[in-house]
Amino acid sequence: MFVNSAQLSALNPCRKDCDIMNIMIVGVGGQGTLLASRIIGAAAINLGGDVKLSEVHGMSQRGGSVVTYVRYGEKIASPIIGEGEADVILAFEQLEAYRYISYLKKGGKYIVNTQKTNPMPVITGAAKYPEDILGKMEKMGISVTSCDALALAKEAGNIKSVNVVLIGVMAKHTNISKEEWEEAIKQTVPEKFLEVNLKAFRLGYDA
Amino acid sequence: MKKLMLGNEAIARGAYEAGVHVVSSYPGTPSTEITEFISKYDEIYSEWAPNEKVAVETAIGAATGGGRALSAMKHVGLNVAADPLFTVSYIGVNGGLVLVVADDPGMHSSQNEQDSRNYAIAAKVPMLEPADSAECKEFTKKAFEISEQFDTPVILRVTTRVAHSQSMVELEDRKEVPVKDYTKNIAKNVMIPANARPKHVMVEERTKALTEYNSASDLNKMEINDTKIGIIAAGISYQYAKEACPDASILKIGMINPMPEKLIREFAEKVDKIYVVEQLDPVIENYCRSIGIDVIGKEIFTLIGEYSTELLKEKILGEKPAEPMKASEPIPVRPAVMCPGCSHRGVFYVLSKLKLNVTGDIGCYSLGCAKPLESIDTIVCMGGSITAAHGMEKARGKDFARKTVAVLGDSTFVHSGITGLIDVVYNKGTTTTIILDNSITGMTGHQQNPATGFTIKNEPTRQVDLEMLAHAVGVDRVVIADPFDVDNFEKVVKEEIAAEEPSVIIAQRPCALIKKAGYTGRYVINDKCKNCKMCMKLGCPAISLTENGPKIDETLYVGCGLCPNVCKFGAIERA
Ligand SMILES: Cc1ncc(C[n+]2csc(CCOP(=O)(O)OP(=O)(O)O)c2C)c(N)n1
Repeated sequence: MFVNSAQLSALNPCRKDCDIMNIMIVGVGGQGTLLASRIIGAAAINLGGDVKLSEVHGMSQRGGSVVTYVRYGEKIASPIIGEGEADVILAFEQLEAYRYISYLKKGGKYIVNTQKTNPMPVITGAAKYPEDILGKMEKMGISVTSCDALALAKEAGNIKSVNVVLIGVMAKHTNISKEEWEEAIKQTVPEKFLEVNLKAFRLGYDA
Repeated sequence: MKKLMLGNEAIARGAYEAGVHVVSSYPGTPSTEITEFISKYDEIYSEWAPNEKVAVETAIGAATGGGRALSAMKHVGLNVAADPLFTVSYIGVNGGLVLVVADDPGMHSSQNEQDSRNYAIAAKVPMLEPADSAECKEFTKKAFEISEQFDTPVILRVTTRVAHSQSMVELEDRKEVPVKDYTKNIAKNVMIPANARPKHVMVEERTKALTEYNSASDLNKMEINDTKIGIIAAGISYQYAKEACPDASILKIGMINPMPEKLIREFAEKVDKIYVVEQLDPVIENYCRSIGIDVIGKEIFTLIGEYSTELLKEKILGEKPAEPMKASEPIPVRPAVMCPGCSHRGVFYVLSKLKLNVTGDIGCYSLGCAKPLESIDTIVCMGGSITAAHGMEKARGKDFARKTVAVLGDSTFVHSGITGLIDVVYNKGTTTTIILDNSITGMTGHQQNPATGFTIKNEPTRQVDLEMLAHAVGVDRVVIADPFDVDNFEKVVKEEIAAEEPSVIIAQRPCALIKKAGYTGRYVINDKCKNCKMCMKLGCPAISLTENGPKIDETLYVGCGLCPNVCKFGAIERA
């Protein structure tokens, strides 16, 4: 079964006719964005269509701004998502959410972790961390669902499970069923972390 | 079975299915995972070599010995391995030999943006370029066939977006290929001038044969749609072209050296005009012009950085994207930084405090050039630190050397730093070298190396003793010091730079991200804090200044214990 327009419109109400889903994951190197993209990739494969993921390895994984892309649909050529093309942006950190607004498609959806991590220019005092980012994004007409994923990850038992909490928050905005998401997590996460991650997913889902 | 795979994993799978016997590589983004994935296949012997030249030579040896062999590296790694490449092109192979080179347009993790296709042309070896993971696997297998059929090494070229993207791959079984017989063959394998001259003739003949082969090969694909616009592309550029201009006719080139002349002519006959879409250098474009085919290329596209679907839509179709949403205020950049707990931080804290000239090298410690430490003066290439300091001393005199140190990591020292150290000793320099021994190859994602004492499969092995090695090349002053004991480290540095002879300081502390570091617990800042901001000078991402003074971030700390060592008031204590 290929993702149908009902599924897509649930996620992205303004684009009922589209047949490709573009999801961007943005965050800070080391936050576990890669695993999140791989879980989404696994869930997307189970829909039976084509999937492409683009990851960042290397230098920027050292605390830099990182972006990964997941695209799925009937046939995908480029693994990269351009400006104004993302249906969903999953942001692991507020400043990173703000940085990539130009990538959101009109009517697209932002899922934002309210966590803040100061970049080095802010730490050294050369720059200021912008205030009220979520408020400003909403004022620009962006549909934002925010969540304190860090608190929920702690509740799940491991602060590293922020990534899976956020998948949970995103999951309920999709018509991929809760069970299908959990299946994708089982396929992706190492056995010994599975329990914590499933808990993290459910906490995000119910948030 | 179908599986979602990274391009690099698919290359590893291709090597496995092709029955490869021996793989020797040196890590380098974006190529590293190829060899990491290969190391998981017990059917293949794999190793991390000290550098790319050693790796390629080992692969050449394996292929000469009759095995199928592969070596993977990043683009600048091919510079290091260029010497054997140009001559193995003459020698050819016995078992198949494939070199994988990963270019990094956009310089996600590199110090330059070189286009390795130029090497294939210069060394006269065939080069294949896959456009997705399925092709990564298929082309790897094909490369071994071509290698054995045409008696040539073959280069498989990928770029970051192919190497680090995942797409679907159909898995097949490994086909065992017996190791071929080895017989001594001096005329073929010994490249002295008398043997190399007839070999060069054969290489030119081989190129002609490969050109013919390529035009008929299924590595290329001609997709004729609307013939008003024709596009020639290879690799990831094909995907951007397909996305931007789905109705155009496209010639997708899979084997980019030697070029498929007949096929290009045939394509040119069919379409009204041709755009050549290729990142970096105008390689295909220049070729087309050289055979008299008029194309549009770099006069509208750029020589710099990555291409994108949007760029092609704009340049080919004249479609401007809608104005995207923009924040109305500047957004602070988030550059890569040394991790919390990084063993290098103590070193640069001291070097920055002493205001020394620092010739740097390539590794995580390259980030010692960044604010707030801004300690490093120069970075060129791997191994280039000791030699830079030596050259500066020879130009500016011994007094300059009293204020200068060279810094490089353990892996980099073994890669090509050791020869620089020998140069210093041999030519009576007085450089002070600091080896940042964090017990791992950090920057590329934690690979073992000869100085760690473990192999690619994490088996214990004989460890290079850096101290003894330095002594052996003639350095009498060798000190091992912990860079987190900042007071002592400062004393050691002062002593060693003052000495008018070569000296080596081995700054020993494991990378915070590996088990060996063993950091547990956390530190907090108590009310003895006078807000003097000494700890802020460390540039640790886990310490931020708040209205109430510095604070250690609860999600980022690792408990490394460096910051208490710079606090004069005892305000940082174990929680
Ligand atoms: C010729 C060449 N090969 C490979 C690389 C990729 N590379 C960059 S840094 C690095 C290793 C650094 O390891 P080490 O010197 O131990 O320092 P660390 O990152 O652990 O601090 C490698 C392999 C490169 N830049 N140039």
